[in-house]
This record gives sequence, structure tokens and C-alpha cells, in this order.
Amino acid sequence: MERLSASPLFKTVGLALGLVLVAAGLFASMAFGLSTIGLSDIYRAATKYDAASNAQIIVHTARMPRAFTAAAIGACLAVAGALIQGLTRNPLADPSLLGINYGASCLIVFAVTRLSISSLPALTAVSFAGAAIAAIAVYMLGAIGRDGLTPLKIILAGAALSALFSSFTQGMLVLNEQGLSEMMFWLTGSVAGRSLEMLQAVLPVMAAGMIGALWIARHMNVLTMGEHTAQGLGQRTALIKIFAGIIVVALAGSSVAVAGPVGFIGLIVPTLVRPFTGSDYRWIVPYSAVAGALLLLSADIAGRFLIRPEELPVGIMTAIIGTPAFIAIARKGLAQK
Amino acid sequence: MKSYKSARFARLPISFLLHKKTLTTAIVLAVAGAAALLLSVGLGDMRMYPQEVVRAMLGSGAEEHRLVVHTIRLPRILAAFLVGIALAAAGSLLQGIIRNPLASPDIIGITSGASLAAVVFISYLSATVSIVWLPVAAMTGACLTALLIYMLAWRRGVTAIRLVLVGIGINFLLGSATKVLLLKNPAYTSSQAYVWLTGTVYGSDWGMVGMIAPWLAVFIPVAFALARHVNALQLGDDVASGVGSAVQRHRFGLLMISVALAGAAVAVGGAISFVGLIAPHMARKLVGSSFGGMLPISALLGGLIVVIADTISRTAFFTLRYSGRRIYGRRRRAFFHLPALSQSPCVSGNCHASHRDRLAYERRDKTDCISASSRLADHGRSNGFFCLYIL
Repeated sequence: MERLSASPLFKTVGLALGLVLVAAGLFASMAFGLSTIGLSDIYRAATKYDAASNAQIIVHTARMPRAFTAAAIGACLAVAGALIQGLTRNPLADPSLLGINYGASCLIVFAVTRLSISSLPALTAVSFAGAAIAAIAVYMLGAIGRDGLTPLKIILAGAALSALFSSFTQGMLVLNEQGLSEMMFWLTGSVAGRSLEMLQAVLPVMAAGMIGALWIARHMNVLTMGEHTAQGLGQRTALIKIFAGIIVVALAGSSVAVAGPVGFIGLIVPTLVRPFTGSDYRWIVPYSAVAGALLLLSADIAGRFLIRPEELPVGIMTAIIGTPAFIAIARKGLAQK
Repeated sequence: MKSYKSARFARLPISFLLHKKTLTTAIVLAVAGAAALLLSVGLGDMRMYPQEVVRAMLGSGAEEHRLVVHTIRLPRILAAFLVGIALAAAGSLLQGIIRNPLASPDIIGITSGASLAAVVFISYLSATVSIVWLPVAAMTGACLTALLIYMLAWRRGVTAIRLVLVGIGINFLLGSATKVLLLKNPAYTSSQAYVWLTGTVYGSDWGMVGMIAPWLAVFIPVAFALARHVNALQLGDDVASGVGSAVQRHRFGLLMISVALAGAAVAVGGAISFVGLIAPHMARKLVGSSFGGMLPISALLGGLIVVIADTISRTAFFTLRYSGRRIYGRRRRAFFHLPALSQSPCVSGNCHASHRDRLAYERRDKTDCISASSRLADHGRSNGFFCLYIL
């Protein structure tokens, strides 16, 4: 069995199966909600859209953008999480736990409320800037002291920065007299009510980030052996780290620009896929992308049913799923160190 | 130059060393705290000179001044000061036992536990149970959370790393649960919700001051008396057990003291963050990390920070958005409608009822609602700025 699960064929089949599940998840996301919609309507809404049919309007304007957004965000955040875990060599790293997502959302809120920026490309750029600032700040804050980047220090630095950024965000939103739901969006993230244009605006960046992640995967394999080994093998570790950092910022930043700071996906997914893939990043990256999309789709669907008639933002759902995982890893993974 | 001064008594079998620098810093901070209190009481919609404030406090001076000082400003500012002290002391304890300057009650989930309990209480029990029990609910929440974190971090003993990591996880979970409740209960206006997301001392009365004071009076001396154990724990588990400290037991005890202080603070001020993080940090910069000296300095600094932050948030936005006179007019109307308010420290039940009335009255007043929420906002922000300044 060990042998079988380690073979490339098995892994390819697994990946294909995952893609099928994602497709099923997309359909389920379009079908289920306050009103259940049949497959035929979904199919017709995608091929020949009829604005007279209620069901098709729902699918076309609300559920389809939502489903695709969820899948794209899930994939991006999961890959960003996988890379950042390799980068910090810390199984507890995640773009939201390290404050990167909150940095991006804080800067977006600032740009929207104070500078009245509303064009999508500009906001995406702002989001990257925020993500980059947060990433650099966490890295610097975590690296202070003699023992360098210990898991504990980087997580604490991340938690402190998340708290800082979200209190700035809250401050700006309250001063602008925004409602609770808007506030929740920028504090926890959600995929509801997003339009396809928003997704299209960041899609090139997401695609570039994904390709970059696949490209950097084999370098990550070397890097995770440790700084010294990697250098001994001839890798320019600083360069690889900077590239990986840029990819993380691009993936996380573009996700936040669309869906706000959805958390924990980057934490859970790489941990979940490692039993299937081993520690080879060339497999971890694609598996994370697929599993992340699947997880966020199902979290989003579940969030529609838990507190009916209200909806739970997907960010809250992922936190509810993610926290037990986080605690389990914290108890297990770090006990040996 | 000796940096210590020894104190011996001819009669009593006690002697101790005083760190001179700590002593002078403490005196300077205490004076600064008193000055900040006086200034803060004088600032606001109705300006008062410090000497007028003192006169009003002592019971003479203009009727108007006395009313404003005794019913609104003084309790609020004292509550802010005490909340700051409690949070800073709780943060110092946590940082001592976790051995990391980034730990604080709001980061490892104790604050969010208290917030969640308070929101649950308001959402589900406030119809049947008196609001007087709200602080009790918040305290219970804080304690349960701390116990949960401790149990989850237990694995043949508790290490500082596991404690903090589990705490961060729990913090996220409870924060999400609070948000679920806020979303699920449309009865919540956002400005009420913000109290439990950001924290404020808006609308504190003497009852609140009386509620937090006993906790401080009991637990700060206890923490002070246990200073040597914190010092031992700061050296790391191995060294601490080497010098004869019962590491697990002391860590648990100190954690619980920290929880009691943080819980009391949250019960009064909601989820005010960062004070527990910064104040100990500043104190350590000023007087070094020996816990006996650091605790009082940190506590005074915490009080000072919250009072300053609250004063800024109370005053800065009025002048910015509305003319002071208009607000004052509304205010005065609000107060003269409620004669019960002009009484000084009252028995808890009555006091809370009047507090509720006042809040209810002011809620109806749109301007006051907005200014209240902007104050809340600024709380998070000014604390945030402090944090940035330190980092």
C-alpha cells in the first residue's frame, strides 16, 4: 500500500479525482442555497442565458460568480499556505495567521474609505502592497532576537500584527459608519455577492502566481532541507526565498482583493494533503490547489445552511474548521521540537 | 553608586531592597497619572480648568461642573485607569510565564472568551437575568477559556509554547463564534456589537468602577507577592525547576491571576487590545525585567495609556465633526431627564438600572450614537498607534 500511494501514477489519478470533485463542488455550490436549483437550469444559465427565468438569474448573477470565486480563492490561499510553510519551515504558518491577509484588507479599506479609490486594478495593487508590508513586518518582527525565526515567535508576531491591522480596519470602517455586514466582510472575508468582473481583474495575477508556485516547487524541495544544505547544493537561497515571498504575496493579495481576509485555508490544506503527497513540493502545490478549492467550496456551501436564514461568511466557516486543526498541529507538530 | 536602597525596620522582622530607578520611575508615573486624570476630567464638550476640576471633585464649584465630573467623566476615567492597570498587570504576568514579549490576554484568547460570554449573555439571557450579572458572565467566560486553553495545552505538563499556540487558535475560534452571534442576532445594532469587537469605557459609571476595583485590590498584591516565582519562570522551565520552583503549579496559579485581572477588565471595558502587550514592554525598557519592579511600573503605564487613549477618542472627534455646543445641549437635556443619575456612588442594582436608562436614552439620540461609535473606533486606533510606536 505504501508503495502504491507513493507512485506517480497513483498521485496523478488522485489529482484527477480531486479535479472531478472540484467540478462537482462547483455544481453543488450553484445548486444549493435558499432555493435549490436543478442541473438543467445551471447548464442553461451557462450556455444560453435566459433572463426571464428566476433560477437562471440566481445562478448567473449570484451563484456562478460565487462558486468560481470560492474555488479560485481556495486554491490560491492553499498554495500560498503551502509555500509559506516551506519558507518559514513551520507547520503552523498561514497567510491569515501571519497577518498577511489582514494587512492587505487593512490597506484596501484605507484606500476605499480615505483615498476614494474604487477601480479594481488599483485596489488589487493596493492589496499587494498591504500584503507585502505585512509579510515584511512579520518576518522582521519574528526574526528579532538571538534564536532567529522560531515557530513560536513568527506566530506570535503574526497574531499581534493581525490584531493590529484588524483594529485599524475596524477603526476606519466605524468612522465611515459602515454596517455590521461590511465590517464582517473586511474582518473575516466572504465570497458572497462578488461579481465575475472582480475575479477577472485578479485572475491573471492568480494564474501567474500559480505558475510561479509550480516552477518554484522543486527549489522549495531543496530549501526545506535547511538553509545550509541548500546553499551547499548550490542554491541561491536568498533569491529563492524572495521569489517564494513574492508569490505568496501575489496569491494572498489577489485573494484578499476579491474575498477579504479568509483564513486558515493555507494552514489546513497543506497539512491535509501531505499524507498523500509526501514532502515533495512538486506534488504538494497542485494537490493543495485542488484541495483548497474543494475545501472552500464546501465551507461556503455549509455556511449557507448553518444559521438559516442568515448566512455565515466563509471566513468564519474556515476558522471554525481550521482552529481544531491548528490546535492539533500545535500539540503534535511542535511537541518534538 | 549603589542602585539599590535597603529598607530595614528596627521592630519588624522584615527587610527589603528598593531599586532606586524603579522607585523614581514609579513616582514620576504616579504623578503623571494623577495629572492625566485631572486634565482628562477637564477636557471634553465642557472645558474645565484643573483647579475647577479639583474643586468639583471636592464637592464645591459650579453645579454644572459637579454634575458632569461626578456622573460622567470621573467614573469613566477612573474605569479607564483601572482597566488599563488590570490589562497591563495581566499582560505582564502572561509575558513573564510565557517568556515572550508578544504575549498578552487579547492574543492568547482570554479576552475573546470573555467577550463571547458577554455576547451570549446579552443575546440569550438578558431577557430573563438582570444585566448586573453581565460582568460575572464575562469573568466566567475568561476563566473557562483559560481552563480550556490550559487543558488543550496539557501534554505531560504544559509548556509555554503550547500554551501560546493553543491560545492563538482558541482566540480565532472564539472570535469567530462572537461574530456568528453578532450576525445571527439582528437585534444588535452595530454600535453595540463594536463594544465586544473593539472595547470601550464609554458610559462607565460608579458601579463599574466599584466592580473592577476589588479585583485589582486583591490580585495585584498577590501578583506582587509572587514576583519571585515569575522571575524564576522567566529563566526557562529547566532553570526554574533547578532553583526549586514548582513550575507547573506556579504557572497555573499565575495564569489564573492573570485571567482574573483580564476578565475584570473585559467585563468593564470590552475587548480593549494592545494595552496588555505594550505596557509591560515599555516597563521593561524603563526599569528592566525583574518582575517585582516591572509590575507596578507596567500597571501605572497601562492605566496612563488607556486614560490618554480614551481622552483622545472622547475629544478629538467632537471638535472634528460636530460643534461642541450642540452636543452639549443634547447632553444636558439627556441628563436632566434622569435625576437618578446625579447621585454619587449608589448601590449596585439601582446604579445599573440608571446606567441602562441613560444608555437607552442616548441611543435614541442619533448624534450621540454616532459619536459613541466613533469613540469606539478610536479606541482601537489609538491603542494601535501606541503599539506601532513601540514596535
